[in-house]
Amino acid sequence: MASSYDYDEPSYDSRSYPPSSQASDVGYDPNFVPDSVKTFVVHLYRHIREKNVYEIHQMYEGSFQRLSDRMFRESPWPSVEAVAPYVDNDHVFCLLYREMWFRHVYARLSPTGRQRIESWDNYCSLFGVVLHGVVNMQLPNQWLWDMVDEFVYQFQSYCQYRAKLKNKTEEELQLLRQYGQAWNVYGVLNYLQALVEKSMIHQILEREKEGLEQFTATDGYDYEGGSNVLKMLGYYSMIGLLRVHCLLGDYHTGLKCLAPIDISQQGVYTIVIGSHISTIYHYGFANMMLRRYVEAIREFNKILLYILKYKQYHQKSPQYDQILKKNEQMYALLAICLSLCPQTKLVEENVSTQLKDKYSEKMLKMQRYDDEAYAVYDELFSYACPKFITPSAPILEEPLTNYNQDAYRLQLKLFLYEVKQQQLLAGVRSFLKLYSTISIGKLATYMEVDEPTLRTILMTYKHKMHAVDSDGKIIPNVDVDFYIDEDIIYVVESKSTKRYGDYFLRQILKFEEMISELDRVKLD
Amino acid sequence: MVRERESQQQQQQVSYTVEQLVAVNPYNPDILTDLENHVNEQVSSQTYSLDANLCLLRLYQFEPERMSIPIVVRILIKALMAMPAPDFSLCLFLIPEQVQMEEQFKTLIVLSHYLETARFHQFWDEAVKNRSILEVVPGFEQAIQAYAIHVLSLTYQKVPRPILAEAINIEGLSLDKFLEYQVANSGWALEKGHGRSQLIVLPRNEFNHPELKKNAVDSVPLEHVTRIFPILS
Repeated sequence: MASSYDYDEPSYDSRSYPPSSQASDVGYDPNFVPDSVKTFVVHLYRHIREKNVYEIHQMYEGSFQRLSDRMFRESPWPSVEAVAPYVDNDHVFCLLYREMWFRHVYARLSPTGRQRIESWDNYCSLFGVVLHGVVNMQLPNQWLWDMVDEFVYQFQSYCQYRAKLKNKTEEELQLLRQYGQAWNVYGVLNYLQALVEKSMIHQILEREKEGLEQFTATDGYDYEGGSNVLKMLGYYSMIGLLRVHCLLGDYHTGLKCLAPIDISQQGVYTIVIGSHISTIYHYGFANMMLRRYVEAIREFNKILLYILKYKQYHQKSPQYDQILKKNEQMYALLAICLSLCPQTKLVEENVSTQLKDKYSEKMLKMQRYDDEAYAVYDELFSYACPKFITPSAPILEEPLTNYNQDAYRLQLKLFLYEVKQQQLLAGVRSFLKLYSTISIGKLATYMEVDEPTLRTILMTYKHKMHAVDSDGKIIPNVDVDFYIDEDIIYVVESKSTKRYGDYFLRQILKFEEMISELDRVKLD
Repeated sequence: MVRERESQQQQQQVSYTVEQLVAVNPYNPDILTDLENHVNEQVSSQTYSLDANLCLLRLYQFEPERMSIPIVVRILIKALMAMPAPDFSLCLFLIPEQVQMEEQFKTLIVLSHYLETARFHQFWDEAVKNRSILEVVPGFEQAIQAYAIHVLSLTYQKVPRPILAEAINIEGLSLDKFLEYQVANSGWALEKGHGRSQLIVLPRNEFNHPELKKNAVDSVPLEHVTRIFPILS
C-alpha cells in the first residue's frame, strides 16, 4: 500500500529523509521474534501452502495491520533472517515477508538509502521467481495489487530521493554512485513489461471476449489447481505501466498500456478499490492532458459517485486515507475540466453537490481567466497532479542541487500554457449562449475585438473543443456549438437525447424474469 | 526503376522492424540509433509514427547525454504536421525545460501557438522567416494547409475567399487553380457572396451542419442487444 504520509505533505516539496531514521528505535533488535509474530508467520505460511486465499487475506489485511499497530508502530518488523527458521526457510515466503517488511518501513518510518536499495533487490528476486513461472500459490488480489502499486510508488519515491542532492551525506552519495542500477527506470519498466508479457494477459483478455476463457468471472483466481500470481501481476502491471508513463509525462503511451482493459465495464480492475481508483485517476488525468475533457469528466464522475456510495465500507481498511486523498484530488481535476469545458449534463447530482461545496468559488474564479484564475488553476493542478519524476541518473558532481521539482514544473508550465490559449473561449461561450444568430460584426463589437481577431477566436474555439482521439477521430467536447455562413454565426445548442434503447433492454430483461417466475407458480 | 523500388521495399522492411521494436521492446537503450534513423526515414518518405517518436523522446529523457537536437527538431516539425492531433504537446511534455529554451524550439513553440489559436496570418509570416528550419521536412506546407482546411471545415459552411486565402497562404491564380481542384475532387463548391466576393462552400460534415450529427447517444451496441436474443427467439 502506498504510504499515506508522503501524499499528505502540505507543500509539494517532499520532506527530507533524516539520514538515520532508525536512531529512534533504541531497543529494536532485528533478531527478536515476539510470539505473536511467530504465530503470524507460521499460520500465514501454512495458509499459503494450503492455498487458503480467504485466510491469507484475513491475515494480510487484518492481523498484519493489528500487529503493526500494536507492536511495530515505530520500529520495523523482525528481520527475515530471524523469522525464516519458523517457515522452513522457504525462499518464496521470505521474499513475500520482506516485501511486506519494506512496505511497513515506507508506511510508518523513513527508509534509509540502503533500505531503498535492498527493497529494489527484493522486488527483483520476487518478480524473478514469478517470471520463471515456478510459483504455485494463490494470493488474494488485494496483496497482488499492493505489490505492483508499492513497486511503482517506491520507484517514484526513489526518483524524488535521488534528485535531492543538496543535503545528502557522503555515505548516501557513495551508495547512489555504487548502486546505479537500483530503481533504474529501464529496470522498472522492463519488469512491468515482462510481467504483462509472460502472463499473456493480453491474450487472456482477448480470448475472454470470445468466450474461450474464464478470467473476470473467477475474479482472476484459478480454480483448476494452478496459480493466479503471474496472471494477476501481469494484469495489475498494465495499470502500473499507465502510472509510470504518467509520471514521465507520456500520456499517450500510458493510455495505450491500459487499452486492453475496458473501463466502460466492471472488470478485474474494479475488484480491489485501490486498483479501481488508481486506474481511473490516471486515465482521467491523461485524458485531461490530451484535451479530451468530456472523457475525463465522464470517468471522474463515475468513480466519484462510486466512492461516495461505498467509502463507508472501507473505513477500517489501511487504504482508507489513500482513498480519501485520491477522492479529493479527483474533485480538483473535475473542477479544472469543467472550468475548461463546461458541461451541464455529464455530472451526477450528488457529485455535483459535493463539487459545488468544495470548489464553486474557485471554479467561478477559473472561468474569469484573469491573473487570479491562473493562480487557481496552478493551485488545483499542483494539488491533484501525480508526482512527476526525472528518470535520468543523477549527476553526482558539484554543484549538488535539488532538481526533484523540475519534472513537475514542466508539466505545470505546459498545462498553464494550454489554459492560456483557451483564455478567450469562455467569453465567446457566454455570448453564444445569448443568441441564436448573430453577425460577426456585431459580436466583434460586443467583445471589443476586431473582426479578424473574432474569426480567429471562433476557430480556436472549434479547434480546442474538438479533441482528437487515439484513432484519429474527432470528438466534440462542446455544449454550445455554432457554424458560420459567410459572416453570420448560427448557434446550436446541443440537445441531450434520452437513452431509450438501454432503458427498453433493461425492462425487457426484467419482465422476462418476472414472467418466468410467475410461470413457475403452480395454481391448484 | 527496379533498384528504386527495391530500396523502397527495404526501407519499408526496416520501418516495419522499428515498429515491432517499439511494440515489443520499447524500454531498451540499444534501439536508440534505430529510432533516430527511423525519424530521418519518416522525414524523407513523408510518413509518420507517433509511437516511435515518443519512444525515442522517452529514451532521451532517460539518457539526456544522448539527445540529438536536430532529431528532436524534426520530431517536433512532424508533430506540428499531425495537427489537429495534440502530438506537438505530447512531445513537449517529454522534453526538459532547459532544452526547450534553445532558439529552434522556441520558434517551433511559437509556430505551434499560432496554429493552436488559428492565427494563420501570423503563422505563415513566421514560417517564412524560419524557412531554413522547416525546409528540412518535405510536405510541411501541405500538412499545415490540410490542418487549416480542417479548422475551417469545423467552423464554416461557407467561408469568404480572403479568409481561406489567408489560412492556407495561397493567393491569386494559384488559389484559383487550388479551388478548381478541390471543387473537382473534394466536394467543394463556389458561390457568390454579398458584395461580389467569392464564397467557398465547404463539404457538409457533422460539425458545420449540426443536423447531420448522428444521435450516437441513443444507438445501442450490438453486444447489449444480444442479451435479449434468447427472449426474442
